[in-house]
Amino acid sequence: MCKSDAGINDVFARFKGKREELIPILQAVQNVRGYLPADSMKQIARFVSMPESQVYGVATFFAQFYFSRRGKHQVKVCYGTACHVKGATRVLEAFERELGIACGCTSEDYEYSLERVACVGSCALAPVVVVDEEAYGQVDPGKVANIVKK
Amino acid sequence: MQIDSPSRIAEIRDECKAAYARRKTRFLVCAGTGCVAGGSLAVYGELKRLLSEKGIDADVELLFEGKDSESGVAVSGCHGFCQMGPLVRFEPKGVFYTKVKAGDVAEIVEASLEKDTVVERLLYEDSDGSRCLTEHEVPFYNRQKRIVLGKCGIINPEDIREYFAVDGYQALSQILQGYTPEQVIDVVSKSGLRGRGGAGFPVGKKWLSCLKAPGEPKYVVCNGDEGDPGAFMDRSVLEGDPHAVIEGMIISAYAIGASYGYIYVRAEYPLAVTRLQKAIQQAREWRLLGDNIMGTGFSFDPEVFQGAGAFVCGESTALVRSIEGYRGMPKPLPRARTTEEGLWGKPTLLNNVKTFSFIPDIIRRGADWFAATGTERSPGTAVFALTGKIRNSGLIEVPMGIKLREIIYDIGGGVPDGKEFKAVQTGGPSGGCLRADMLDLEVDFDSLVNAGSMMGSGGMVIMDETSCMVDIARYFVEFTVDESCGQCAPCRDGMSQMLKILEDITSGHGRPEDLDKLQEMGKAIMAGSICGLGQSAPNPVLSTLRYFRHEYDAHINEKVCTALNCKELIAYWIDPEKCKACRICVKACPTEAISGEKKMPHVIDQSKCSKCGICIDCCPAKFSAISKITGQQKIEIEQGVK
Repeated sequence: MCKSDAGINDVFARFKGKREELIPILQAVQNVRGYLPADSMKQIARFVSMPESQVYGVATFFAQFYFSRRGKHQVKVCYGTACHVKGATRVLEAFERELGIACGCTSEDYEYSLERVACVGSCALAPVVVVDEEAYGQVDPGKVANIVKK
Repeated sequence: MQIDSPSRIAEIRDECKAAYARRKTRFLVCAGTGCVAGGSLAVYGELKRLLSEKGIDADVELLFEGKDSESGVAVSGCHGFCQMGPLVRFEPKGVFYTKVKAGDVAEIVEASLEKDTVVERLLYEDSDGSRCLTEHEVPFYNRQKRIVLGKCGIINPEDIREYFAVDGYQALSQILQGYTPEQVIDVVSKSGLRGRGGAGFPVGKKWLSCLKAPGEPKYVVCNGDEGDPGAFMDRSVLEGDPHAVIEGMIISAYAIGASYGYIYVRAEYPLAVTRLQKAIQQAREWRLLGDNIMGTGFSFDPEVFQGAGAFVCGESTALVRSIEGYRGMPKPLPRARTTEEGLWGKPTLLNNVKTFSFIPDIIRRGADWFAATGTERSPGTAVFALTGKIRNSGLIEVPMGIKLREIIYDIGGGVPDGKEFKAVQTGGPSGGCLRADMLDLEVDFDSLVNAGSMMGSGGMVIMDETSCMVDIARYFVEFTVDESCGQCAPCRDGMSQMLKILEDITSGHGRPEDLDKLQEMGKAIMAGSICGLGQSAPNPVLSTLRYFRHEYDAHINEKVCTALNCKELIAYWIDPEKCKACRICVKACPTEAISGEKKMPHVIDQSKCSKCGICIDCCPAKFSAISKITGQQKIEIEQGVK
């Protein structure tokens, strides 16, 4: 049994395998593995006794779930209304330039993933960028290089 | 500690109040998301460290052993004035410090505890230059009436005893000591409370239909899937006063006869999830949740469900489907109301976070007290997230019926940087934009709908002359296209077509007939979609067409974006008269589009320019040589050069 299997079995141990647990299970597995790899999806489908296609159906509906490996650092540019009005597009473009990847992509060395997200709810600090768990407020394109360095 | 009878709550309140009094002073550090992003946890850590270093008896928690203490430090929920954060309040004087850094802590402690003075420079500075000692003097606060937000920022949300001290769970104790479910609903109905999720459905009526609906078991669900971009009040309430939401849910469960429930929170709100889980745990320990609550035989136990990121799940039937483990798609028409057929086909009461948190106060202080605030058809207060191009940004709570002008100018302090107000957007992707001549509108559920917008969840985004209204409409349509569940064609295909047309217009490829087409499609989509998302998705387009048609016309006929916002229609230009050839912009330009040597005015190569705007940001203010110009101006300049 490989290490990731152990993680997933720990997750399954906390659930009964009922349909209404599907989304919490997907969340917990993603927490352990960083994304939802194809083999985990198979295991989840077996655990909840559902066709794999239906598990994918649910998982792909929600923005939270990823199906490919993510970067070590996750850069999330808030695209809420307040951030948009205050120039989030410019900030996003600055990150694309700085990291050399397009929005929604992960860098080749798996150091960074860049995405835009719906409102993170810190609108008074717009434009906001969340790197891993840390939020940066009043970001302008000039500050982007410094944030990446950190 | 377990409470064995509802009558004990009053004693517990008095004990907790006494515990407050035994502490001479206290520092309350805001730990709302905004302040945390600004570094408030470092301030909190430094306060704790410094007080213990100074040997000051600083109790982090309330004292229940009956001893006196010098001072205390605690975190609180969001104070609302996020822009000025991190915020620290020194009690009992209520001194209100803004933009506090960890490095300021020593000075604050010295002034507060040793010299009995205040740190003047950290007090809020009013527009006339005077300093405000307490938040009651700050214009941002003194026009507000805070009920739902009343305890956010006053109590430590992670300690149930602080909630007891401010009359927490009194309302629950009251109803469990002699109200019938019908009597509870009667109070709620009389108060006139309307659902705060956006549509404003009468809460009492909803509860009553759920009580009467046949089927067992019944469920109570709190909708905290706050997906509207630009709104964060539910998050602040969940983070700042979670017990009020829980108490409101228990009361509603008693009223409709439910014993199980869910609190649906966005996964993007990790702090809210943590605080809620802590609060639920504490309430269980005190026997306010679970089996046989306080020995009364009534049972209720909710759990937290983390939404996985889908805006449409704010819609009741979609939310229900996603809790059941399905794709979060609204049920097709015709469908029964969720109050009759909700979770697993059973009667389900679904209310917004704020709606639940109003309930304890309404029960405790009476329906008349609540109805005395606000307008006749929309009693009570409204919570808005005031953001965008506004001087004082943050979370506010105001009586219904207040004028937009009072919100934007008296509380918000108007538009900063000498810019002119253009529009206010309310209701998020389902709402609309209102213009300056509508500032005297008295805000409530109905007036906003009549004006072509809506209350929604309470986002209020202010826009100034640099915001392009066509682009705003495009932004919201892009959002709804992303978030459409794809189930019904008008919303799925219609909105994508509207987006295409709007993209054409903002990129200078619009045609005059596009506007009629947008209008026609908008109406059809509203009529033909099966859920609230599609039925309101064209609103941002229709309202901007109604109030800002001249901007659409300028984009289409003259290929001009008057706000100088739409990239394809503008150019960046260096004024050779003003350029001092300092080379700062040459070095800063990421696409190396700017050329120029020392003593030679710099020039932007338009074919290389990515229009990122960094050059404007970095050009020294005393020169201000770089500006945005319309495509037409660019052509004229180029012809002039030739």
